[in-house]
Amino acid sequence: MSTTRSDLAELAGREYAYGFVSDIATDLAPKGLNEEVIRLISAKKDEPDWLVDWRLRAYRHWRTLSEPTWQNVAYGPIDYDEIIYYAAPKAKVAPGSLEEVDPELRAMFDKLGISLAEQERLSGVAVDAVVDSVSVATTFQARLAEAGVIFSSFSDAVRNHPDLVRAHLGSVVPYKDNFFAALNSAVFTDGSFCYVPAGVHCPMELSTYFRINSAGTGQFERTLIIAEAGAEVSYLEGCTAPMRDDNQLHAAVVELVAMDDARIKYSTVQNWYPGDADGRGGIYNFVTKRGRCAGARSKISWTQVETGSAITWKYPGVVLQGDDSVGEFYSVALSAAHQQADTGTKMIHIGKNTTSTIVSKAISAGHGQNTYRGLVKMLRSAEGARNHTRCDSLLIGPECGAHTFPYVEVKHSSAQVEHEATTSKVSDDQLFYARQRGIGEEEATSMIVNGFCREVFRKLPMEFAVEAQRLLSVSLEGAVG
Amino acid sequence: MLVIEGLHASIGDTEILSGLSLEVAAGEVHAVMGPNGSGKSTLAHVLAGRDPYRVTAGRVLYDGADLLAMTPEERAAAGVFLAFQHPIEIPGVANMYFLRTALNALRRARGLDEIGPVEFLKLADEKCRLVEMDRSLMDRSVNDGFSGGEKKRNEILQMLVLEPRLAILDETDSGLDIDALRVVAKGVTSLRSPGTAVVLITHHQRLLDHVVPDRVHVLAGGRIVRSGGPELAAELEAHGYADLEAMPAAGLSALIGPRR
Repeated sequence: MSTTRSDLAELAGREYAYGFVSDIATDLAPKGLNEEVIRLISAKKDEPDWLVDWRLRAYRHWRTLSEPTWQNVAYGPIDYDEIIYYAAPKAKVAPGSLEEVDPELRAMFDKLGISLAEQERLSGVAVDAVVDSVSVATTFQARLAEAGVIFSSFSDAVRNHPDLVRAHLGSVVPYKDNFFAALNSAVFTDGSFCYVPAGVHCPMELSTYFRINSAGTGQFERTLIIAEAGAEVSYLEGCTAPMRDDNQLHAAVVELVAMDDARIKYSTVQNWYPGDADGRGGIYNFVTKRGRCAGARSKISWTQVETGSAITWKYPGVVLQGDDSVGEFYSVALSAAHQQADTGTKMIHIGKNTTSTIVSKAISAGHGQNTYRGLVKMLRSAEGARNHTRCDSLLIGPECGAHTFPYVEVKHSSAQVEHEATTSKVSDDQLFYARQRGIGEEEATSMIVNGFCREVFRKLPMEFAVEAQRLLSVSLEGAVG
Repeated sequence: MLVIEGLHASIGDTEILSGLSLEVAAGEVHAVMGPNGSGKSTLAHVLAGRDPYRVTAGRVLYDGADLLAMTPEERAAAGVFLAFQHPIEIPGVANMYFLRTALNALRRARGLDEIGPVEFLKLADEKCRLVEMDRSLMDRSVNDGFSGGEKKRNEILQMLVLEPRLAILDETDSGLDIDALRVVAKGVTSLRSPGTAVVLITHHQRLLDHVVPDRVHVLAGGRIVRSGGPELAAELEAHGYADLEAMPAAGLSALIGPRR
């Protein structure tokens, strides 16, 4: 009568559309990590002494740390000496405009559905494209410059705006923060930098597109966004990688700084290669993301849609320092096939009357394991602070799992913390109801799951909400069972 | 249009339908009445293809085709509609979107062009008025937080939009006030046409005051024990199920239980 389980199992070998490898001449550092490699990276980028020193301090600190094991994910040991820490597409000359970008590179982005030229011309979204370790093209420079907005690769920012970088680098995520943040600080190769001056509303969406292309490399990018008083900016990142049987490490750091009345909205659509149906290969996505609401009435909002990676492990958080500042976290995390996710947020309330909202939607299908882990901390100074947390888990099929670990620490008696959590299944009743109305099983599942995520999708910029819905449907293909 | 021959169906090890036979021709409205536990809802679910029910013997032909061999969505595409006794809630999925998706899925399956959002809006508005349903319910999640009466109106709305050829209403009248009952009757009446058949599964006679059926059947102990014209419903109303002849002895105690 209905599709049999073996048919479904067959369907579960879902297609990953971005798994191709582009043949681009690449400049690689030797495998493994030591002070020589760090000096090499720094030299290749022609960095000032203070930055080399900072990297080396981070490296020396990293050497004293051991990899954390508290997270609810399982993976084999990572051999840090087998990783290549620097891979860059070989450019004959640094591109001065889009026309000068390597045609192979441009073809790769076309294939990913991100035509840099089109993006520049049509969509009104400024794009920074990062391949392996370096930024290859940043669009819309001129229009942004008119508004006074700086949006460039991290390397360019170090060259052109060293004081800004130096003042803020590590100010939100110090290199001592954790094992992977220390590693990133030692070896980060590029990323995006954005500075929005006081009172300026960035005239367009900013977007960075991350791509891992080379084998055996790690990607360690660093993003720094600064919004001065009254500034506003909306930023989106997208991520893909080729299909490979080895696991690849992605350990990024993102730092956001919002001054008085500033607003930063940071959205992520993460679709790194998740590994094959048997759990072979895929990206380890171990990322540290944090925003600091430094000014009064400032607001930082994280929205993430995590459908890729073999393992996703990250907690985009907000430090609510300024009085009346606002932190938000909206998340959809999908774990299908053999994917594992341990993700959530940290809201640290320091200022008076600070508020935070957490909405987490976790979907588990196949053998996927999904963990929400969140910390809400209200310090002694956080008079009148409020938090509302809502964690919903949706299970599809009998072999997946959902776990919730909320941590709450409150040091001020006037603080209010609310936590709601639900776990539900895509019920046979719902599926049958939709099918009786003529809607096929997969379309019905996708509809029900999208309904479950709607609250979060509504927070994404329009065109990316559509993309996120599509991605979710593709990722769920064959997950019904 | 619908021919059921000697149908046996079980859930787990319990047989619920025990040799049920019934024929419904196009253009007809049939009422299937019977006490609780007689197998009325099982019949509805088996016809729609609900999973845990197992058919152990007999067959069901729909326009000559083997209905039981089709998936639920194939049955829907062929024109079979079930109005649920307990409509299902789908949080986060807008009622309007759900119904348009369903209509377009049916249209695709039938080789027709899809209907765009604007055109669909007109259609939905028109049908909303017909079933006297608050238009704002179209923008809410499917059945989520609807009252009992609103859910039933929504079922009738879906039925009118999807225009089935065989509509099965599973106790759609139960628990409704008189206004809602009138709406259900109006819906069935407007669906009534030479090419359409309706099976009204009901516990009470009162819906049949508003929709006069062509045939009335009494289901007891998993079989049709008596069939007749509309007068049979009136007879049941006057004397209750206990007065019937040819009742299986085992079903008796269930039959004379309290009526709702």
